[in-house]
Amino acid sequence: MHDLGPTNTGIAPLLTVDDLAVHYMTRFGQQVQAVKGVSFTLDEGKVFGIAGESGCGKSTLVNGVMGLFIPPLFYTRGSVIVDGEDITKYDKEKLRVEILGKKISMIPQGALNSLNPTRKVKKFATDVMKNHEPDLSKSEIYDRLEERFKAIGLDPRVLNMYPLELSGGMKQRVVIGISTLMNPHVVIADEPTSALDVSTQKSVIKMLLELMERKIFGSMIFITHELPLLYHVADSIAVMYDGKFVEVGDCDQIINRPAHEYSKQLMNAITKLSTSGQRHADGGNK
Amino acid sequence: MTSDRETIISARSLSCVFGTGRKRFVAVDNVDFDIYNEEIISIVGESGSGKTTLARMLLQLQASSGGTLLFNGKPVTDKRDHWRRVQAVFQDPYASFNQFYSVESQMKACFNLFTEKFSEPQKQQRIDGALRSVGMDPAEVKEKFPFELSGGQMQRLLIARIFLIRPTILIADEPTSMIDACLRASILDLLLDLKKELKMCIIFITHDIGLSHYVSDRIFVMCKGKIVESGRPDDVIARPQHEYTKKLLDDIPVLHKAWLEE
Amino acid sequence: MKQFKLLLKSPWFVFGAAMFLLCIVVGVIYPLVSHTDPFLRNGVPFDSPSGQHWLGTNGEGQDMFSRLLFGLRSSLFVGVAAGIFATFLGTFIGIVGGYKGGILDNALTLVTNLFMVIPSILVLILIANSIEKRSMLLVAFIIGATTWPWTARAVSAQTSSLKNREHVSLAKLNGYGIFSILFMQILPYIMSYVFMVFIIQMATGILEEAAISMMGLGPYDSVTLGQIINQSQKTEAFTNGNWWVFMPATLLITALQFSLYIVNTSMEGIFNPRLRKEE
Repeated sequence: MHDLGPTNTGIAPLLTVDDLAVHYMTRFGQQVQAVKGVSFTLDEGKVFGIAGESGCGKSTLVNGVMGLFIPPLFYTRGSVIVDGEDITKYDKEKLRVEILGKKISMIPQGALNSLNPTRKVKKFATDVMKNHEPDLSKSEIYDRLEERFKAIGLDPRVLNMYPLELSGGMKQRVVIGISTLMNPHVVIADEPTSALDVSTQKSVIKMLLELMERKIFGSMIFITHELPLLYHVADSIAVMYDGKFVEVGDCDQIINRPAHEYSKQLMNAITKLSTSGQRHADGGNK
Repeated sequence: MTSDRETIISARSLSCVFGTGRKRFVAVDNVDFDIYNEEIISIVGESGSGKTTLARMLLQLQASSGGTLLFNGKPVTDKRDHWRRVQAVFQDPYASFNQFYSVESQMKACFNLFTEKFSEPQKQQRIDGALRSVGMDPAEVKEKFPFELSGGQMQRLLIARIFLIRPTILIADEPTSMIDACLRASILDLLLDLKKELKMCIIFITHDIGLSHYVSDRIFVMCKGKIVESGRPDDVIARPQHEYTKKLLDDIPVLHKAWLEE
Repeated sequence: MKQFKLLLKSPWFVFGAAMFLLCIVVGVIYPLVSHTDPFLRNGVPFDSPSGQHWLGTNGEGQDMFSRLLFGLRSSLFVGVAAGIFATFLGTFIGIVGGYKGGILDNALTLVTNLFMVIPSILVLILIANSIEKRSMLLVAFIIGATTWPWTARAVSAQTSSLKNREHVSLAKLNGYGIFSILFMQILPYIMSYVFMVFIIQMATGILEEAAISMMGLGPYDSVTLGQIINQSQKTEAFTNGNWWVFMPATLLITALQFSLYIVNTSMEGIFNPRLRKEE
């Protein structure tokens, strides 16, 4: 296991992933190792950032951490410990009832697509809640939703609207609101703002960090290929490449003093194309 | 500033309006600008700013609803002739190529623009040259179909097309937004080499200010169909004049600069 | 294509396709090898199935078995021809309207909707009635000319979503004109859809032919399944309990429809996810 720097001494981490490996089987019967042994811990109130490019295995890792080993994805080895139990051993039913949406919740990248366009928002939210609290009546659920939305600064009127009526940023906020209904220990945000405008992105990120501070959810795994975003959001960062964490450390160290070749390459590519980076000096007229 | 700059694109009160009545949407709102020979311009804006519509108008894929748009002092009359001089590289490399035809046949399709007739061996020679210019091996790639190539390779193909056609103006619409960060710089460098070799003017359409800062001679900032600010990158980024530009720069997460704190 | 292999794995598709192909094979081969003339009135009228006449005879003493299979061939011919006409016409109108948009699209949509609203069977009856010499091809053409709107609408919708794709823009930037773009850039992408549509149009063609033939307005130059049923009605085979005169034809028409619809439904499952992925 990697040393991630200072942790809250004495308090158990919310999530412990130990040597998790996940593979998938291709149509021709070949075994492809998408995640090759990943370990990390997540403490309360912390954001763990994962930086990586397409194909590095981030999305597979997310599925693995949630225990979603659905063919063609298969569990190879390792453990994911939440509240003292290894959820890789859970069957689908137990996962659905006890973990998904409740202890670990995901905010997907294409939030706009996960909302059914023909259903009002509240229908979607109600379905999610019923999964975990089947005994509540519809009105009780609605009251809770209203209360929660107000508490997190969302106008409860959006519950009665259709996804099409909402802007991209609003949809993302709604998805965040619904994903955190059960006050999960861990929220996994997989490129939550990549499809949004820069200004909307800022407000959505602010919302996420605020919710964590208010303990609406315990901790966050933030996945993105945009390092500047991680700089402002993450406490510790893991650089992922080819199914492995090639480097893990606290935010400052990874960004300013990357050690691994790939991390350095990634950082260079970012700094080159930033507003503080060098201008391309072409020999043309200036 | 050198004095031998000729204006190759000139727009006055250029507009593009969609729909009528209540559904009327002004995508480009009375825009004025001049673009000079061999310049690199970035048009920066968020979604809905009108930058894509403006790009399509420059490419004559979208008709304007008002104002003038002159190329080398003249309006566009012959589109085919126009496309010999003005070409594009698009954002989504996968969507840009017809998945049913091989790389070779899609490269050959470019010859449709030329008035002179090329023999088959001549065409092959030019195609091979273009593919090599973007760092691809013709023998390996020509027979393949788009779905057999990676995103980065397809983006290079789009650029190979430009090498083949040799236009004087290139519109690059978010050419790197779908490319991995590590490969972005190499795609950009390729475009800049292309510019030097063909003495082209490049117009980047992007929402990424960092990118525009890296490559441009001038930046135009667009918001709601208008160009709210234009100037050299250092000026626009260090000393933004317009409210929108200031807000845009504030909202972008940048290393070593405060972002979330107000 | 790879999709075809996927299709072959779907049991419904194989079942439906096999059934339909079997009908075609039988319908084509039988008339070539059979020695029994379906028009020959040499049997005892309303003779029940026997060794000599496997499906008995009808009111005019004609052998039902050979009539059935000749009828199958004719019905298939009309149905398939009608399907081809309708698909071509509908695809052409849909693709042009969908791509061009604007006034042309509005006009074509209006025409399409008009044709849709008017029951094709009415038009069929009117036209069929006014033309004396109705050959199979003509009947097929008339059916095709009244059932195309459904295709046009579907193709138009597909085309208008495709026309803004970047590969179409690239083709324009290569200087290609509208017809080249419609044919080379748009058509390949909707081909799988058009194929599905064709299956439905064939089924419709067969059914419509049966419908007008049952009313006595079918082709005059052959025997079709619908005409068999029509004949059986005229000779009161229903009331007399001579099931072999009308039952097999009815079942066969149903079987043809059923097999084509199964094929179509199974294809949707395979093709649609791909179409969605392309979005």
